[in-house]
Amino acid sequence: MDKLLEVRNIKAQFVTDGNVVNAVDGVSFYLNPGEIIGVVGESGSGKSVTMMSLLQLISSPGRVAGGEVYLENGKDNLLSYPPNGEKMREVRGGKIGMIFQEPMTSLNPVLTVGYQIQETIMLHLGLDKEAARAKAVEMLKLVNIPDAESRFGYYAQQFSGGMRQRIMIAMALAAEPEILIADEATTALDVTTQAQLLEMMQDIAKKTGTSIIIVTHNLGIVAQYAERIYVMYSGHIMEHAGTKALFRRPEHPYTRGLLKAIPRLSDPKGKVLVPIDGLPPNPANRPPYCPFYPRCEYRKERCKEGIPPLRMTEEGHSIACFLSGEELEQREEELSHKLQKETAKKTIKPELCLDIRKVRKYFPVYKGLIRKKIGEVKAIEDITFQVRKGETLGIVGESGCGKTTLARCLMRVYRPDEGEVIFEGTDIARMKDSELISFRPKMQMIFQDPFSSLDPRQTAGSIVGESLKIHHLTKSQEEYEAKVDELFRLVGLSPELRERVPHEFSGGQRQRLGIARALASNPSLIVCDEPISALDVSIQAQIINLLEELQSRLGLTYLFIAHDLAVVKHISDRIMVMYLGRIVEFSDCLDLYEEPLHPYTKALLSAVPDANPDAGRERIPLKGEVPSILKRPAGCPFSDRCNLTEDRCRKETPQLKEVKPGHRVACFLYEQQEDA
Amino acid sequence: MGKYLLKRLGQTILVMFLVSILVFLLMSFIPGDPVYAMLGEDITPEEYQVAYEQLGLDKPLITRYAGWLGGVFQGDFGVSYQYHVEVEELIASRVTVTLYLAVLSTVIGYPIGILFGMLTAVYRGKKADSILTFIANLCNCLPQFWIGICLMYFLALKSGLLPSYGFTWPWEDFGMHMKQLIMPLICLSIGSIAGVTRQTRSSMLEVIRQDYVRTARSKGLREKKVILIHVMKNGLIPIITMLGNRLAFMVGGSMFVESVFQIPGMGSLFVKAIGGKDIPVVQACVLLTALVSCLAYIVTDLLYMLVDPRISLVESE
Amino acid sequence: METILEKARTAKERKQESRRKFVKALFRRKVVLFGAIGVLAFILIAVLAPLLAPYDPNKTDFFAALQSPSGAHLLGTDDLGRDVLSRIIYGSRVSLAVGVLAVAIACVAGTFLGMCAAYLGGWADAVIMRSCEALMSIPNTVLAMALIAVFGGGLRNLAIILGLSTVPGYVRMMRAEVLKIKGSDFVMAGKLQGSKNLRLMYKHILPNSLSPIIVMMTQQVGQTILVEAGLSFLGVGVSVPTASWGSMVSDGKAYLLTNPVFAITPGICVAILVICLNMFGDGIRDALDPRLRGDI
Repeated sequence: MDKLLEVRNIKAQFVTDGNVVNAVDGVSFYLNPGEIIGVVGESGSGKSVTMMSLLQLISSPGRVAGGEVYLENGKDNLLSYPPNGEKMREVRGGKIGMIFQEPMTSLNPVLTVGYQIQETIMLHLGLDKEAARAKAVEMLKLVNIPDAESRFGYYAQQFSGGMRQRIMIAMALAAEPEILIADEATTALDVTTQAQLLEMMQDIAKKTGTSIIIVTHNLGIVAQYAERIYVMYSGHIMEHAGTKALFRRPEHPYTRGLLKAIPRLSDPKGKVLVPIDGLPPNPANRPPYCPFYPRCEYRKERCKEGIPPLRMTEEGHSIACFLSGEELEQREEELSHKLQKETAKKTIKPELCLDIRKVRKYFPVYKGLIRKKIGEVKAIEDITFQVRKGETLGIVGESGCGKTTLARCLMRVYRPDEGEVIFEGTDIARMKDSELISFRPKMQMIFQDPFSSLDPRQTAGSIVGESLKIHHLTKSQEEYEAKVDELFRLVGLSPELRERVPHEFSGGQRQRLGIARALASNPSLIVCDEPISALDVSIQAQIINLLEELQSRLGLTYLFIAHDLAVVKHISDRIMVMYLGRIVEFSDCLDLYEEPLHPYTKALLSAVPDANPDAGRERIPLKGEVPSILKRPAGCPFSDRCNLTEDRCRKETPQLKEVKPGHRVACFLYEQQEDA
Repeated sequence: MGKYLLKRLGQTILVMFLVSILVFLLMSFIPGDPVYAMLGEDITPEEYQVAYEQLGLDKPLITRYAGWLGGVFQGDFGVSYQYHVEVEELIASRVTVTLYLAVLSTVIGYPIGILFGMLTAVYRGKKADSILTFIANLCNCLPQFWIGICLMYFLALKSGLLPSYGFTWPWEDFGMHMKQLIMPLICLSIGSIAGVTRQTRSSMLEVIRQDYVRTARSKGLREKKVILIHVMKNGLIPIITMLGNRLAFMVGGSMFVESVFQIPGMGSLFVKAIGGKDIPVVQACVLLTALVSCLAYIVTDLLYMLVDPRISLVESE
Repeated sequence: METILEKARTAKERKQESRRKFVKALFRRKVVLFGAIGVLAFILIAVLAPLLAPYDPNKTDFFAALQSPSGAHLLGTDDLGRDVLSRIIYGSRVSLAVGVLAVAIACVAGTFLGMCAAYLGGWADAVIMRSCEALMSIPNTVLAMALIAVFGGGLRNLAIILGLSTVPGYVRMMRAEVLKIKGSDFVMAGKLQGSKNLRLMYKHILPNSLSPIIVMMTQQVGQTILVEAGLSFLGVGVSVPTASWGSMVSDGKAYLLTNPVFAITPGICVAILVICLNMFGDGIRDALDPRLRGDI
């Protein structure tokens, strides 16, 4: 079969402060007609730069430093064309369309979306204005934009993130290119929207014979949608294989490590995560040998002899590793014995740590000169649940479901409008700020973004020790110093790093600092607000394991907020599902994943891309997007997207009711069963 | 949109009200006796008393303020101490001169500045950029009055090419008008060209690194089209909206040019009024400049709404 | 105990190192170094004026009035027979003093008011911000002149008035900055640690909101010097007979044809000082905020 696209040994460099950094260091891959391939890698692995390089789109201070790109078995190397010359421009958009990560910033805000699509069509297909307009509307219909005709004249900011990304897809496909590159195209979107978009792209590709390159950090996405996968690490391709082969028999130590480190939806509950130690290398001082060497569990002395070339191990499967298959297998065997470290034991006590009763929070909306109140955003309402001491309660939901508002109400960043927040027997919902101060040490929070949650002007030591000082928890300077050192060790950081400022730490290390800060005042409850979603895949397991270990050692209670259902499944004892400010389902962890009851939970679970291509799962398509909280439908919040909606759902709001022991759901479906 | 405009007008009225209080208060603290300032030192006590009551100086501050503000609303700013004519008459003839120069120099300075700014942004890092940017930075540091003095020396005194001072309306003597116009206009425009160049450059550079410009390039558009359609429209929005701001700035800066070239505008009137403690004229001038700049800000907002779809969208929601 | 000392020492070393890094980033571009040397030279001239100036700047000598440049008077004499060079040397004192003092006053007042507005909110915010808008609607120079008319000129008043007339800019910037930082995660984290509001303010918010203020200050010194020169040119600046560059241009204007050096050189001095200050200021801005590097 003829290859549609062949990239050989492409290299890209960045020049910063006089140093040359090889972001991409000799990457080769190919694409067959009509095929969907995946390129996976963590941030900084050079996957996006590779794609930009083959279209010669990297701008100063970056440049393409070598390599060849051939399209449709052509004779011409695309990289030999002048970057902004006519031939290169014909390829861009005409032969290869590209979608970028940020739907919010990738469309021009002062041009209508219709114009932006029309422009591409006129340029590459040579249609006149009218024909191009008709074609643009057709494209908008193709990507399921309702009311395509009238939306033609809209601006990007009049659409939601998911819609914008649909428009980007329409634009990239408008000139009927043979190849579509989706560079982290769905990363910024919610899971259900992500599934809708990926499925739509797959359908369109099948219909039109377009080939797709999916570039992502998410192993689940490539497992579900790609036919072949390239794994990138630090500017190199580490492994290349068919999807099933890669996930069944990963060969490269990096891929093996990754698959052991990530929690997967289809994994059994007790799986032990084995994190990959260390950090991805900084491209500026990458060693002249295998870039994975410093973190590799399988390494041998000869690995330092040079950069391993990609070699074939079997038909359609190749890895960049000096070690032979036998050597790898032998080591794997050794490691599996070492691995048997038992899971941290935790004890859940019967008494309640947190008792939340009918909590409600509305935000007023003001308008006009005199700031008249014109309405309310109903962020959360009717929230009731209990958390026992020592347990982990997972809270899941898509953006706008109110999980962060809830966390802030519990932490009393906000004052709930109504309801009780009973923490260890005391209602703190109405307390004044001054009264709250004595409660602060007992309840702490770990933030999502490890970059914005640490004061950039303070040293790591004083960040961690702040609450010790505020609440005078240590009696002397020596005791303070010793306590801070101990906290550093507790989270796996060397106390020598105390005098550094946050920007000298990596993302994972910063999150460890955040955890140390939360632990300083010896709290009993920690609210973890998406604590790992901003971290690289290979780092996430380190933090999850740390949190679990700390829980069993210190008897902590966690509220674990996340949108990644696989992670929540791994860490939680019980799970609460929220949708548009209300709890829709509350259940023991296993029960929820094995037998979800609420239609929303079912759809949500089926939308999660599982990093296991063999796990056969049923897809439940969901119509529409997560509506804005400002436009919550009357009755059941899910009524306008549910496949089973009846009249009653649109009129009444279903209450959370226990359907079986430990499993509550807010849906009329199960009430009716009871009645019958 | 109408609502928004109404809101802005409300704000402007509030601001103008505050300015009027400030102006009136300040002027009542001015050292020296206003009666002597108006009539000179050699007057009889009786004459003094009459003038004192005429000016209302025997009444409390707040009454005087109310009286003054009432007058202002009817277009009555009082009588100039120096010229002994109605202030509004005095200003009416002069404000047109100042505005004429300000508008003209903006009309000249803006397009040139935008052109230079775009050139420097597109050729960033190249020789053309370095040279133009350097000149713009340099011109931004030159005192306006000093540029005027230099021009006067080289173009008028040394070579005799142009008359060294004065102002004539075109309908009085067109040739003279043009000749007298050249130096003040250069003087006013240099700073404005330099300023607009610098702002255009940084605004364009900001836009050039946006994601949507990368999108435009990834579609295969010509670089010329990328710049002219995708970059320029976004990059010029902040520049266009500075127009009002610039105009207000010009009125403030007119003092220097008008003093150097002895142009009978509001700036030179203001300078003389300050020197002669001519309170009614000072009050009127400050109030008027504030009004001009407030109006300029409203015009700015309107322009913003016209050129940027984002604003009107937010407002209509 | 030893470890504590050791830590203190490494902390000191780290601070020194970060300072070294900053200085290196600052002077990476040659223009910045040039600007810094220029500013330093002007400061030296101002400080050492009595040693450098060949004559007493205020000593009049009617017999030596309006001389052209010569060996005795390198830049000639003015209409009162005062040595132009000496007056220019002394004039640097006025420009620098007014520039630096005014900016310092504006910065302190503006930072304080901006913080109050952002922190207190409600009525205090409304009053402060509306007053700032009112002040901003009057052009800088016009406002300064009106204030001088009321409170009189002189170096001290000039510095205060020029400072006050630029306060609104600082207030607005500080307010925006504090509001931005107040909403950031690390401030919330501080609050959740149990910090009281005052501690949050001085420990977390203030240190993080200062760098744009510093950038603004470096840009404003030059602007203020230009305004001071302009006011002195219009005759409302420092009082006679103090030498000021602006008033020297004004004095020289009448003798432009016969003795152009007299009027033109002080203006050149203003321009060079402002250029040097701006180049140095741009360097500081770039070193503090790398994102802006390379743009004007």
